[in-house]
Amino acid sequence: MTSAPTKRTPLYEVHLAAGARMVPFAGWEMPVQYKGVIEEVRAVRTRVGVFDVSHMGELEVVGTRALDFVQYVTCNDASRLTPGRAQYSGLMTPRGTFVDDLLVHMFSPERYFLVVNAANKDKDYAYLCAQAPAFDNVEVYDRSADYAQLAIQGPFAEQVVQKLADQNVSELKYYRFVEAQVAGVPAILARTGYTGEDGFEVYVAPEAAAEVWHAMMDAGSEFEITPCGLGARDTLRFEACMPLYGNDIDDSTTPLEAGLDWIVKFEKGPFLGREALLHQRAVGIKRKLVGFEMVGKGIPRHGYAIFQGDREVGVVTSGTFSPTLGKPLGLGYVPVELAAEGSELFVNIRGQKVAARVVPTPFYRRAK
Amino acid sequence: MARPENLWYSKTHEWVRMEGEVATVGITDYAQEQLGDVVMVELPAVGKGVTAGQEMGTVESVKAVSEVFSPVSGTVVEVNGELEAHPELVNQDPFGAGWLVRVKVSEPPSGLMDAAAYEAFVQEEGGH
Repeated sequence: MTSAPTKRTPLYEVHLAAGARMVPFAGWEMPVQYKGVIEEVRAVRTRVGVFDVSHMGELEVVGTRALDFVQYVTCNDASRLTPGRAQYSGLMTPRGTFVDDLLVHMFSPERYFLVVNAANKDKDYAYLCAQAPAFDNVEVYDRSADYAQLAIQGPFAEQVVQKLADQNVSELKYYRFVEAQVAGVPAILARTGYTGEDGFEVYVAPEAAAEVWHAMMDAGSEFEITPCGLGARDTLRFEACMPLYGNDIDDSTTPLEAGLDWIVKFEKGPFLGREALLHQRAVGIKRKLVGFEMVGKGIPRHGYAIFQGDREVGVVTSGTFSPTLGKPLGLGYVPVELAAEGSELFVNIRGQKVAARVVPTPFYRRAK
Repeated sequence: MARPENLWYSKTHEWVRMEGEVATVGITDYAQEQLGDVVMVELPAVGKGVTAGQEMGTVESVKAVSEVFSPVSGTVVEVNGELEAHPELVNQDPFGAGWLVRVKVSEPPSGLMDAAAYEAFVQEEGGH
């Protein structure tokens, strides 16, 4: 356990007033739920929900060689970005494993805005700073204290944000962002999210966060906008099979093993981990992250062992009862020869081997 | 929520209602609130022996698994079959329709708290 004092987001009092249950998470005191995970998940899938994700880290890479630097430390191809576009990527070790997964926003060829996991922010910043001296004229800044982040997610998110934004957000496509006024407050308004629904992530100054939160709650009241905690966020991202660092990916897993081949762009030129990943691609991955449903009764959980017959073959990285699909589901690493759809496995649930079956992912995909 | 006066309570947040030799067992309102939305309940079969202080089943929410410890020793005579299809009863009515099992006790319950003592215990645990 860490002994460092937990940090509070600028919305701490707002959460208490809204009846949140607060829990420690990645060094922060965060709302895990308000009314209940199932109700909050349903709100995001069918209407709209708002999340305080101010714990997330924001790092900025600035300088004439900013693009070269981002290209070198991440596996996706940042040269495909244009100003106002964002991409999902991986911050790579030389072994081709994840230091972190992140969103890379391009403001200009000389300025990139990286959004990283709260638990990894200090590690990421130190890692980037250690790589930066090899690039003349690149500076890395930790801007995390300058931003609060609100995520507004769900089918009615666009209508709610439109009431508050000073520009036409219907024209803002997925994975694009603009600098806009939201509720009269200067914001970075990005059409991104971690729920599998349409929605926005809104970055504002910490002192403006409560104002923007209340404005969203007011503007969303006609859609029964619902405050949502980290419990719902984790469940939503799990149903959409968006990986969680520390569970589904970490510094021992590669994007190829995690099924994230689409964020590895070998053709872009040298980057950290490229040789290791080329080698892994050439010899073939040994294990793969798969989704499975339970055939027997039980809920798979992070850390449970996966068996084929009597042989332990893998581990559950995330699992829960999916409120949207109405059944227990899991993600886990298994040997590649057991990764095909329909493959029959067992999950050791507190000493009982319960039958499971590999199914296609994502578990949930929103109707377009 | 008021904690019913006619029940006995364990430190692991189960409740017991004694009617003759039969104990009805559930988890408390405090326990269900801490756990969140209950989505699965695993209980011992009828005829199975349970021992006071030993695990007898699990209650799972979306987020977590929680063990249920039997507050009494004896033999399970009935399980709440409604929970198979409606585990949310544990949240909605923990002291009523959300009961878990009925146990024919082999010895009188001991080491349990009355409502006032349980109230104080929950306060001490950092509850409400």
